[in-house]
Amino acid sequence: MRNFILRRLFLGIFITFFGAMVVYSVIRALPTSYVETIARQRATNPLSTKTYQEWLDQLNQVYGLDKGIIPGFVGWLGNAVRGDFGDSWHYGVPVIQKFNDVVWISFIMNIITLLVEVLIAIPLGIMAATKQYSRADYAITVFALMGISLPTFFLATILKYVFSIKLGWFDLYGLTGRFFSTMTPIQQFFDKAYHLVLPVFTLMMLSIGGLMRYTRTNMLEVLNSDYIRTARAKGLSENVVINKHAFRNTLIPLVSYLSYLLPSMFGGALITETLYQIPGIGFISYQAITRGDIPFAMFYTTFLIILTQVSLLVADIMYAVVDPRVRVN
Amino acid sequence: MTDNDKITEKQDAVAPAPEVETEEMALDDARRLKVLSPGMLVFKRFIRNRLAVIGLGILVVMFIFAFLGPFFSPYKQTQVFKGIGSMSKEYASATYNTELRYNVADGEAFGPGDRAQFLLAIGKNQSTFTSGANTFSISKESESTYRLLRLEPVAEELLGRVNPVNGATLSDALIEMYKKAKDNNQTSFVVDGVTYYLVPKLKATQISTAKDIALASLVVFDAYKPADTANVNSFAFKLGSIMAIIQDKKTFDVNGQVYKLVEEGGLSTIYNSAGEAYAEVSDIIVNPVDQANFLPVDFKRIIRETINNRQDRFTFKDETGTDVNYTIVRVNTIYNIKRDTPIELIRMYERPSLEHPLGLDNNGMDLMTRLMYGGRVSLLVGFVVIFLEVVIGVIVGGISGYFGGWVDTALMRFVDLFNSIPFYPMVLIFGSVMDALQVEPMVRIFLLMAVLGILGWTGVARVVRGQILSLREQDFLVATEATGIRTSRRIFRHLVPNVMPLLIVQATAGLGGVIISEATLGFLGLGVKYPLASWGSIINVASDAYVMTNYWFMWIPAGLLILLTVLGFNFVGDGLRDAFDPKMKR
Repeated sequence: MRNFILRRLFLGIFITFFGAMVVYSVIRALPTSYVETIARQRATNPLSTKTYQEWLDQLNQVYGLDKGIIPGFVGWLGNAVRGDFGDSWHYGVPVIQKFNDVVWISFIMNIITLLVEVLIAIPLGIMAATKQYSRADYAITVFALMGISLPTFFLATILKYVFSIKLGWFDLYGLTGRFFSTMTPIQQFFDKAYHLVLPVFTLMMLSIGGLMRYTRTNMLEVLNSDYIRTARAKGLSENVVINKHAFRNTLIPLVSYLSYLLPSMFGGALITETLYQIPGIGFISYQAITRGDIPFAMFYTTFLIILTQVSLLVADIMYAVVDPRVRVN
Repeated sequence: MTDNDKITEKQDAVAPAPEVETEEMALDDARRLKVLSPGMLVFKRFIRNRLAVIGLGILVVMFIFAFLGPFFSPYKQTQVFKGIGSMSKEYASATYNTELRYNVADGEAFGPGDRAQFLLAIGKNQSTFTSGANTFSISKESESTYRLLRLEPVAEELLGRVNPVNGATLSDALIEMYKKAKDNNQTSFVVDGVTYYLVPKLKATQISTAKDIALASLVVFDAYKPADTANVNSFAFKLGSIMAIIQDKKTFDVNGQVYKLVEEGGLSTIYNSAGEAYAEVSDIIVNPVDQANFLPVDFKRIIRETINNRQDRFTFKDETGTDVNYTIVRVNTIYNIKRDTPIELIRMYERPSLEHPLGLDNNGMDLMTRLMYGGRVSLLVGFVVIFLEVVIGVIVGGISGYFGGWVDTALMRFVDLFNSIPFYPMVLIFGSVMDALQVEPMVRIFLLMAVLGILGWTGVARVVRGQILSLREQDFLVATEATGIRTSRRIFRHLVPNVMPLLIVQATAGLGGVIISEATLGFLGLGVKYPLASWGSIINVASDAYVMTNYWFMWIPAGLLILLTVLGFNFVGDGLRDAFDPKMKR
């Protein structure tokens, strides 16, 4: 087991390295209008003794943009492993600081979504499996497929149209209301929670279908297995069969499925946050990326790659926790 | 009796029992299933799945809509619909005249210096004033009209003695009347129909006759015929008409011509003896904004009437006889007359109509037609991307699964690497790069397909590898190895057909995902670009809150099309999965 984890860890580092390199080489193709803007600003400063071109060259050197892709990447990596991801061009503060400011709102949003999702999807998935081909099964399947088929932006736009514009229940955008600064801390908390209702609902609708179907498929597989027939043959009540014998075995794949959701916990929901302009890591990154903020984009993508690797590792470990057979091998 | 019948009879005669048996067998499910080919089996199972059939139906409709629809659409994809709208353009301005206009009698002079003295005098409420060598008398005829008379002294009184001036002869009656007037502190007296004015001059008093020199009035004259302008603006005509208006006369004569005066709503119209409208008298000045425009008197009249009636719009026929609407906007003391000028406008955001069932979009293009062509792009992008994914996935997964060993390890790490690259950030970066390089819309679509394909093939590769790994262990493949069949034949004849069902399922279910990704990019404005369209880029207008709020018909249809198509693919994919999976008995 330890060897396995070590191997997995090594592999993760290897993949992170090359993944970051691939991303870096693509990002270098981004327009560096930021550097040009800064260079122009400094060149037009009356105190400046350098021309625009000299400033541009100097800035390019500082950011390693004058070097080739590989030396540039090595330079970036050298700083990154020491925890220095540079200053965000778009936000003007250290990348790490900006990340720290915004990641928690994404995390909270996703945790709430996950809890609600699990509470709804797993029971419904089990129900669909136990009553296969019943009307309830069809309804759940169609609902799940609808959720999968809905594009995020369309669902969000419809929700905004109905609940924000037609009914006027929620604000169209943002995390805080108009009078946020004059509120007491408790009111501020509820204001934020209120603004998170639609985003969380959107996220939930989009991911609930997948989990529901996954639960249903795995539950069906378990229900078709021999030990369930044995349990029934023993004369156990249907409740015990489902909840004790079947459901516990369904947990194995479910746990790994939930581990794969880890990247989205911290990685934020780029599209949903952008649509509702929730200042979480997704929205902030979207703005940084579309404006050519190379340090932030590099940090965000690398962060996501690392998260994916960690989630794979966690999934494997979780497998071992819930399935004793894995531990033995 | 035919031969056939004979044979049947013979069979019947020989073996009656088996026939009973075959009939029993025909009812048996197991026996009947044996007759069907594997493909037919899958098809039957698929058809029995209601959701899958619904999905298939949706997809057929979508394909007809997107690929055949454009042939029936009367419009082109980039046809812009324009309409004649009206734009208010400033055409004329009007204001109540606040500056006195002077009219000087023929052969006389009333220069700027005289005018300045006159204005000072009326400011001080004097009835006479002196300017240069001349003395003038002001005769206030109405609030807005002054007659200016030049006094010509006939006599001068000093210490009770009246002496003639300029060789005039003085009658006794005149002296008598003068003394009366002087005693009564009058400023004028009349003798024999001639008005004499008393003007104090130091200690003396001058007795003068007066001559009409000028007219100062706020009233504006407009001649109906340009040829009459000179006469209308002549001193005599103005004096005659203004006096007639002030004195409420119906007729007056100037130079032997008789004119009729009609007053209506604060406006006076003067008709000549022939009964034709001759001139307009008003206190409102109307000027064209563009000096090149000539404003007819009727037009000025209607403006004045509208202003006097405190209305803000009127209609006037232009040269071609069509009605043109005008609106009057008041800014302080100036009335701006705006003409509704017809102008060619793009019919943006037009509501659905019979002509355009889903209305017109932000570029004035028929939305229904755009949706059809957009559907082509969306579906084609979906298919091409899935094709790319399957090709790359089958090659990598196939090699990996078939050869195993270090090849497998290396390729799978490669798959892991690609799998770890975050999708949306990466696609956003690509979109920004393409924006910066200003890639042509058509090229952009192909690049987009390539990017989506390259980022999405890992799933297929994994599935193919897994399937081939498990197939390799199966007896039939061991048998092919044992019989010494060529490698290529083993792969293409025995392995690939067994991977096919899984690939079809994977591809069908994946299509929905690709269409969503493409639409999301389009929505964010990083996908397909104008003038081409995809369903996602059509919804893009909804990112503008104003459009989203006011023009729901602009984005709901495209969204529903995406939803239905993806749903269709998912239903069919689901149905295929169940149909191919023998474990699922429906």
